[in-house]
Parts: sequence; C-alpha cells; structure tokens
Amino acid sequence: MTATADRPKAKALPKTKPRGRKRTVGDWIVLAFAILIAVMIVFPFIVILINSFKSPADYANGGPLTLPTGLYFDGIVNFWNRVDFPEKLWNSFFISGVVAILAVVVSVMNAFALGIGRVKGRIPLILVFLLANMLPQEVLLYPLYSIFRAVGLYDNVWAVIITFVVIQSAFGTYLLASVFGTFPKEVLEAAALDGAGRWRILWRVIVPISRPTLGVLMVFFFIWTWNEFLIPLTFLISNANQTVPVAISVLQGDRLMDVTTTSASALLGLIPTLIFFLIFQRTLTRGITAGAVK
Amino acid sequence: MPTLTPPPAAAPAPPGRRRRPRTGGGIMPFASGRSYWWYLLPGLALITIIVLVPLVWNVYLSFTEYRGIIAPRWIGLDNWTRLFDDERFWMSFRNSIGMVVAMVVVPTLLGLVLAAALFDVVGRKFGGRLASFLRATYYLPQILPSVVAAIVIGWILRPENGALNTILDAVGLGFLANNWLGNPDTALLSIMVVLVWIQIGYPVVIFMAALQRVDPELYEAAELDGAGWFHRFRAITLPMIRPEVFVVALTCTIAALKVFGPVYALTGGGPNNATIVPSYYSYQQFFQSQQVGYGAAIATALTIVIVIVSIVFVWAQNRSERKEQEQ
Repeated sequence: MTATADRPKAKALPKTKPRGRKRTVGDWIVLAFAILIAVMIVFPFIVILINSFKSPADYANGGPLTLPTGLYFDGIVNFWNRVDFPEKLWNSFFISGVVAILAVVVSVMNAFALGIGRVKGRIPLILVFLLANMLPQEVLLYPLYSIFRAVGLYDNVWAVIITFVVIQSAFGTYLLASVFGTFPKEVLEAAALDGAGRWRILWRVIVPISRPTLGVLMVFFFIWTWNEFLIPLTFLISNANQTVPVAISVLQGDRLMDVTTTSASALLGLIPTLIFFLIFQRTLTRGITAGAVK
Repeated sequence: MPTLTPPPAAAPAPPGRRRRPRTGGGIMPFASGRSYWWYLLPGLALITIIVLVPLVWNVYLSFTEYRGIIAPRWIGLDNWTRLFDDERFWMSFRNSIGMVVAMVVVPTLLGLVLAAALFDVVGRKFGGRLASFLRATYYLPQILPSVVAAIVIGWILRPENGALNTILDAVGLGFLANNWLGNPDTALLSIMVVLVWIQIGYPVVIFMAALQRVDPELYEAAELDGAGWFHRFRAITLPMIRPEVFVVALTCTIAALKVFGPVYALTGGGPNNATIVPSYYSYQQFFQSQQVGYGAAIATALTIVIVIVSIVFVWAQNRSERKEQEQ
C-alpha cells in the first residue's frame, strides 16, 4: 500500500512510441478484439444518447436503433421539471461535497494518531476501521433508522452525511494510516526542532506534504457518496431531499414515463458522473491503483 | 520543548526509553502536544455511534420479534431456525453466486486478458495513447451509480420494441426475443450482464498498473526466444500480478455479496424471487413486511458470510505468498 499519488512515475503508461517493429496478424487480431470490447461497452451509452432526443412517435416508427428524425427535447425537459432536477443535483452535490471534506479531515486525524502517533492497540483499531468499511450497510440500516428517527434527523440530509463521513473515513483511515506510517521522519524532526507542537505539525507539515493523496481521497469520497443508493433511499423519503440516483430510480416504471422520457432519465443520471470522469480521469486511474498496489 | 536526542530506528520507541511516557511516542516522540488519543476521539466516537452500536443492536434484533412499533420481544433462535428452512433465503444466496460470477469471475478473467492485450500488444505495437484510451473506455461504466447503470441496460432490455429485441430481429434471430427482465429464466442473467458491464473496467485498470512493474526487457527477451503470446502471458504476466488478482477478487466478491441497487431498480427481486439477493431480501423484511427481527437475521447472516469470505481470502493470499517465497 503506497500513496501512488506522490509518485508521478507510476501514473501513465510507458509513453514509448510504437517501435518500428513489425505488427503481425496476431497483433491486429488482439487490437480488433480490444476495440470490439470497447465498442460493446460504449454501445449502451450511445443508445441512451440517441433515444433521449426522440419523440415517442419517432421511437415507435424507427425503433431504438435509428437516429432521431428531429431533435426533440420534451423528454428531457419533462423529466427535468418533473423531478426538479436542479434540486436533486444540489442535494447530491451538497451531501457528497460535505462528506468528502469532513471524511478527509476525520481520516487525517485518525491516521495521525494511528500512523504517526502509533498509539497502543493500533492494529486492532485499524481492523475495526477496515471492518466498518466492509460491512454490508443492511446490518446498520434498521438501527440507524431508529436512531435518526429518535433524534429527529430522519428525512434530513445530515443523517446521510454523518453516516457516510463515518463509512468513507473508515477507508480513509485504513489507507492513510499506512501512508503516514512511512512519512519521512527527518521532516517531522525538523518541524519539532522549530518548536512546532503536534497540532501544528499535523496541519502545517503533514497535511500540505500529503496533499496529492488527500486530493485523490477527496475525489473518491465525493464520487462514492454520489453513487450511494441504499442509505439515501432509506433515510431521504421526501422528494425535496432526494439525491440524483434515488430520484431517478423511484420514477422508473411510473405510468407517466413514456419510453423516450425513461431514456432521458437515464441520460440525466449519467451526465454528472461522466463530467466527473472527464475532470478527474487522471486522479481516478491513479487513485484506484493506490488502493491495490503494495 | 523538543529534546535533541534523535529517536532510535524506525520502530516505535520502547516504553522505557520514551521521553514522555504520558503522551506516547510514535515516530515523533519529541514534539510537544496533547496525547495522540485526542486526535482519535472524534473518529472513534463517530464510528461507535454509526457503526458499532448499530451492528450490535442489529445482532440483538435478530433474536427478537419486532414489527417496528411495540418494543422488540426476545424469541431466542426462532428467526435463525426459520432462516434455515426458508427457501427464499437460500435462493438469495444462490443468486449471490450468480453475482459473484458476474462481478468477480468474468471481470477478472476478461480483465486479465484485456490488460495483457492492452499492455503487451496494443501499448507496445500501436502506441501507449491508444492503450490508455481503450482503458479509459472500459472504465467508463464503473463511475456510474449502479442504479443508473442498471436503468441504462434495463432500457435496452425493454420487452416491447426494446433495443436488444430489435437487434435480434434485424439479424434474423427474432425468435430469441424475450421479456428479458420479466422472464424468470433470463432475469438473473440480465442483472448479471449489468454487473459485468459495470465491473469490467476495474480489474483492467488495476492489472495494467501492476504490469508496469514488469521489466519490458523480459517480454522482449521472451519474444526473441520465440515464446508465443499465451506462453508469455502464463510465464510472466500472471505470476507478476498475482497480488492484484487477490485484491481484485476479494474486493469484488465483497461487492458482489452486497449488490442491491440494480435489483431494486430493475426487478424488485422478481419475477417469482428469481433475482432476490440477501441485501434486497433483508430490505424487504425491514420496510415492506415489517419483519424487522427476521430482516436483522438475514443482514447478520450476510455479514458473517462476508467476514468468512474475507478471512479465507487473506489466508489463501498469505499461503500463496509463503509458497512463492519457499520456491
């Protein structure tokens, strides 16, 4: 487990140009296979894209595989207004953003004590954090539901925020504890010689130096929280509090949703994450490998 | 104030040599400040309230009858014995095996082939940029919320005039057209397709990162020796990335056991329980049947299975690493 984010070396594929080596028939077959798989993976996106701009009549005539005869925005506009999409976007954005920031702060403090402070019993503690991240959420669901009802946080975005701060920071603690465990000691010593206390060293030395890793964590927490379903579905029952995935899924099979509106709903659901993907593509590929590579 | 004696080696200072036994040492024993425990306080408080207490509470509920209104009534092992005779419960775990095939077996095998193809052939013969581009394409469905991914595929599988049925018609296989999600024989398979689509990019990215540890000279030498692609794959690629294969298999197995969103969005566990999975079954018991105690037993059983699976994986990984070292 390393913070690959701190090592720019490992991030991209070897940028070597294709050498003048001969490409055999076999190579072309492998390439064709790789491209075929890519086309199959992209195909559903394209189908959803072209059908979201069709009128139901256009769909009935041409079927799902033809290009729209004219651009038709009613499906998208209808769905947009029906679920009050900007409101759902804001809910998702607010929940995921707050979770990303708070979960990183909690992870940093935990990892400071575990990775740098090496408090007693840190191995069992790290296991507890790991377990918290591994558990199926169903096993927490009903008790949390009871707790949030009792304290008046049921159907409140903060119930979801608190829950995910804990679940995400459990992973963050696990990862950062080992990252901080290898923090260059000379830097810490130098800071201590300058008279800095632990609190200052944490925020003025450790956090700035670990910024790339923390950035990757924050992006992941944001996207993971955005994509969560079960807990927002259970705890946010009124329309005004729902997140994007919940709002889209509860309307599926609704009698008022015609075929192209349903397609438009899927399109609206995937656009935000596609935008995140385009913005954070590099961070993402760096980050997923950080969790796996030792 | 800090003292100037540098701490011994990297390991945590032994208690006897610590300058400040009260506050603990760590790898920074000389800096002044409050005990490190203060930094753990918020995190530990949160995890206790949000995870540990609910976890214990849920286990307790599994021994009670509770309909959400009057206080839970202790009934001992009744829920658990009921679980063992419950065909739907066993069905839900049998379907979980389908989820494991869709999220672990297929993506890992296909991911190995694709990662090796991109790294070994496309990257070297056709350029790294093309390989990066294809890798990003494979990864695309991974970032979607799983319900949205399910809705996308579900839309393609629509029974009337759906895209898949239209394609089958167009290529003369119209007799295969089907109500994919409504037919008990194909519903599970349809959900599995959604999961393969979501999952495939994850092993590719991880395996490709792992392959960067391999010395390219090794491949070139093997190629010069006349080793075919498959031979190189078996002799170089596979042993090299075994740790990552374990990590991918473990994380994806856990995820497969937890699948909920696609089932909720596409089939609701139907038709006729054909796609019921443990997490959906417990959700149903909690909030639709108001059988909270029974739902808690299902959720606890799922947790136990996940913990056992993780232990077995870690054990197997250690064993294989030890074997490796002995060789």
